[in-house]
Amino acid sequence: MTHDGPQGLLISPIRHGTVIDHITAGQALNVLRILGITGTTTEEVSVATNVASGRVGRKDIVKIENRELCKEEVDRIALLAPDATINIIREFTVIEKKGVEHPHELLGVVRCPNPGCISNTAEPARSRFIVVPNGLRCHYCDWLISKEIAAHIL
Amino acid sequence: MRHIISVRDLAREAIDGLLDRAAEVEARQYDPNLLRGRILGLFFFEPSTRTRMSFESAMARLGGVSLNMGSVEASSVAKGETLADTIRVVSGYVDAIVLRHPKEGAARLASEFASVPVINAGDGAGQHPSQTLLDLYTIRKSMPLDGLRIGLLGDLRYGRTTHSLAIALSLYGAEIAAVAPKGLELPSGIVQELADRGTSVAEYSAVEDVIADLDVLYVTRIQRERFPYTASYLDVASSYRITPELVGLARPHMIVLHPLPRIDEIDPRVDALPNAKYFEQAHHGVSVRMAMLSEVMG
Repeated sequence: MTHDGPQGLLISPIRHGTVIDHITAGQALNVLRILGITGTTTEEVSVATNVASGRVGRKDIVKIENRELCKEEVDRIALLAPDATINIIREFTVIEKKGVEHPHELLGVVRCPNPGCISNTAEPARSRFIVVPNGLRCHYCDWLISKEIAAHIL
Repeated sequence: MRHIISVRDLAREAIDGLLDRAAEVEARQYDPNLLRGRILGLFFFEPSTRTRMSFESAMARLGGVSLNMGSVEASSVAKGETLADTIRVVSGYVDAIVLRHPKEGAARLASEFASVPVINAGDGAGQHPSQTLLDLYTIRKSMPLDGLRIGLLGDLRYGRTTHSLAIALSLYGAEIAAVAPKGLELPSGIVQELADRGTSVAEYSAVEDVIADLDVLYVTRIQRERFPYTASYLDVASSYRITPELVGLARPHMIVLHPLPRIDEIDPRVDALPNAKYFEQAHHGVSVRMAMLSEVMG
């Protein structure tokens, strides 16, 4: 197989939706998890991993058709991919481009790893984490998640 | 509405204010009818003697009355009611809630469903702010809180009193020496949090190695329920014991504290030494809890 001609796009452009670019290499699937996009949801999703990037060496890219991410969703991504950029697309045109900011807190995103935490019971306690400089702190039991945040996504 | 859930929520000024108020109470400078006609609800989902009775005593001394939930078996909890529902219901019966619960974060959850103030009286291995305040109060009666060198001895992994005290003392520039049997060391998350607050923790394997440098020695018991086998519990529990001879190695002003109950970790002969402050510490529970009740209901 040769590559004489111009190579096609790795992922074709989308008409409407969101392109998340400059995701930390290897984190694309976790980004989808943190956005609640799983195999059972209806979004049309394209994922590219370990794509060469002049800016960050290697990166992942996620394209989501017909869904424009809101600010709360975008900021969740900052935990896994602080350099990600979000492009909102309408009629094949980027109408908005923004970076991600660390949110102050996360609601219903991460499960507390502390088995003794009240949020892991039948009580009506929605998972709630405060974002602190070295990770996430459970609002209820003060448990600190300082590494492998993706492993605790609900 | 003011809740007291965690020492993490208290700024140094707030702690100093509560301790000042406790000092006024101890000097009999308080209104014995301050909480007349008010009702305190006591909800203890775990055993308690000192904390429950000292809250009851504190409420009575301020002119109020207490309602006790009684045992868990005799309450709606036994029928499967959630804590959230229990709290919503009893908020209509009482003017403030004191809660002890086995789950960490239970008091925080309760504060979200209560329409009256909630005071955390211990949540699992989590927080116990009234104990911390009376610990600080006892220390402050002997020496200034600033720049203390304190030794924490015993079960530092599960012992909530040591976690709360260490976090509170970080507001006062303390240096912490941690002495724990293997496997019961301070959790790394607490050590990290203390470091973030500018407080260093030095770990020692034997109290003899550090006692000569301490201002305060805070002793805790090993909790038998953490050990599946009696033999392993006895091995760990017998690994340290405070004796008059050991206290003799310390500087004369060093005080010995213990949240009680003690088992064998402090020799009864220590009780007669001027360094032993643990029974005074328990007595201060009433003054400190009167200050807390005044704060949330006064």
